Amino acid sequence: MGGRDTELVLLDENGIRCDGRKVDEPRRIMIKAGGLKNADGSAYIEFGDNKILVGVFGPRDVHPKHMSNTDTGILRVRYHMEPFSVTERKNPAPSRREIEISKVIKEALEPAIMLDKFPRTAVDVYIEVLQADGGTRCAALSAASVALADAGIPMRDMVAACAAGKAADTIILDVNNEEDQAGQADMPIGYMPSTDKITLLQLDGVLTPEEFKKCVETGIKGCKIVYELQKKALTEKYFANGDSK
Amino acid sequence: MTSVSVIDELKKFQILELLEQGKRVDGRAFDEPRKLVIEPNAIPKANGSARVRLGDSEVICGVKIQPDRPFPDMGDKGIFICTAELLPFSHPSVETGPPGPDVIELARVVDRGIRESHMIDLSQLVIEKNKSVVGVFADNVVVDYDGNLFDTCAYAATAAILSSKTPKWEMKNDVPTLIEGAELNIPITTIPVSVTMGKIGNHIIVDPNGDEWDSMEARITITTDSNGNICALQKGGNGGFTFDEVIQCGKISVKVGATIREKLKQVMGTKK
Repeated sequence: MGGRDTELVLLDENGIRCDGRKVDEPRRIMIKAGGLKNADGSAYIEFGDNKILVGVFGPRDVHPKHMSNTDTGILRVRYHMEPFSVTERKNPAPSRREIEISKVIKEALEPAIMLDKFPRTAVDVYIEVLQADGGTRCAALSAASVALADAGIPMRDMVAACAAGKAADTIILDVNNEEDQAGQADMPIGYMPSTDKITLLQLDGVLTPEEFKKCVETGIKGCKIVYELQKKALTEKYFANGDSK
Repeated sequence: MTSVSVIDELKKFQILELLEQGKRVDGRAFDEPRKLVIEPNAIPKANGSARVRLGDSEVICGVKIQPDRPFPDMGDKGIFICTAELLPFSHPSVETGPPGPDVIELARVVDRGIRESHMIDLSQLVIEKNKSVVGVFADNVVVDYDGNLFDTCAYAATAAILSSKTPKWEMKNDVPTLIEGAELNIPITTIPVSVTMGKIGNHIIVDPNGDEWDSMEARITITTDSNGNICALQKGGNGGFTFDEVIQCGKISVKVGATIREKLKQVMGTKK
């Protein structure tokens, strides 16, 4: 994934990062609820240079039947990257990385959705990464929450996600691609603000216990910024001039 | 394509009845395609891209250009490969996993239209003969479905190719090496435009929407180039066309194709 500058300065003397952001500043985030005609719910997110579309179906019949559960509905998530989403063309078949990300996103969303209200059904979340630039899983999870809400599926809260990390010995918010490649740590966090629950947490890299605490705090701050934008996206669709396409 | 959506007999009957009166369900003329919206360079990281909406069918195409080995019998030509995939949120019936026959046909018809028109001058995409050539990959993903994916994908791929810039490579120690900063326009010889028509009763309609798609007995996709020549054709569906109908379809494809080509040129700012 590009940008292999040997001269790359991750943090300059004024505390400005390689893409011009401050230490605690997220990238530009734009979330739009709806947009797809056939999906029951959908959302589009631009998170820095990430561009991700999410479509949701359900609750609907489960195929194959043996997957259905008589006590609760089930959630299925597919995270997939387009061949043209990254610098080197990606093989369209799902990679081990995509399968793992599908699973962590599924497990991050499950606590938010009241699946027990819909036994024997499935909710399908399809995530398609059109362009990737570091932090896709967080952007995808945030958009998936909006798409689920757009589909009218009962939820305890939306999951907002943002990464924090460490580059140039400093804890930073929202790790971009260059910082992910050249930095010291990357910690994606998924968080439900109104219930104060972390539902996604991963870490690559080394942090001291103090740094770890600061990193989680920083990440949650980022999640809260994302959460406001998620609510704004839904408000714009459902409360602005009654325009609902 | 994906002949899955349940369309009840009443709707089919209504579509046919309207056609008998010279009308279509959405009010279009028989030879009128739906509104075409082209957004070039939707994916800045790709070498070329476009997001195309034809009515309510929507496709994103991204072009990736990278060195590759030539096909054994074509060492003096670059490689062009076009694919198509239905994303699972494009329609409730679409399932993940390997593509079915419908989707494979879609990808191959779109690929053939562009390949057979010789849109890209592949002879200019050779790094070293028989060893290394430039590969152009146009990957179409269907985002929303409302009939006629053949044309939606074809227009997306064509627009994405027109928007493409290709990097340059040279052979260094038998390895193709990128020349930093060198960028060329992709060598274009013509602009292929496909026009898909459906047959319902004895009526030929251009660019069938989702409901019409499910009602038709047969379809035909004809690709024409900038000179108004026909360069690829595919008939599908379990009905048939008479000779006169095929000739009529050819004429329609040239005429409708020309207006769509003008639109592509205007949006993409190309002369050819």
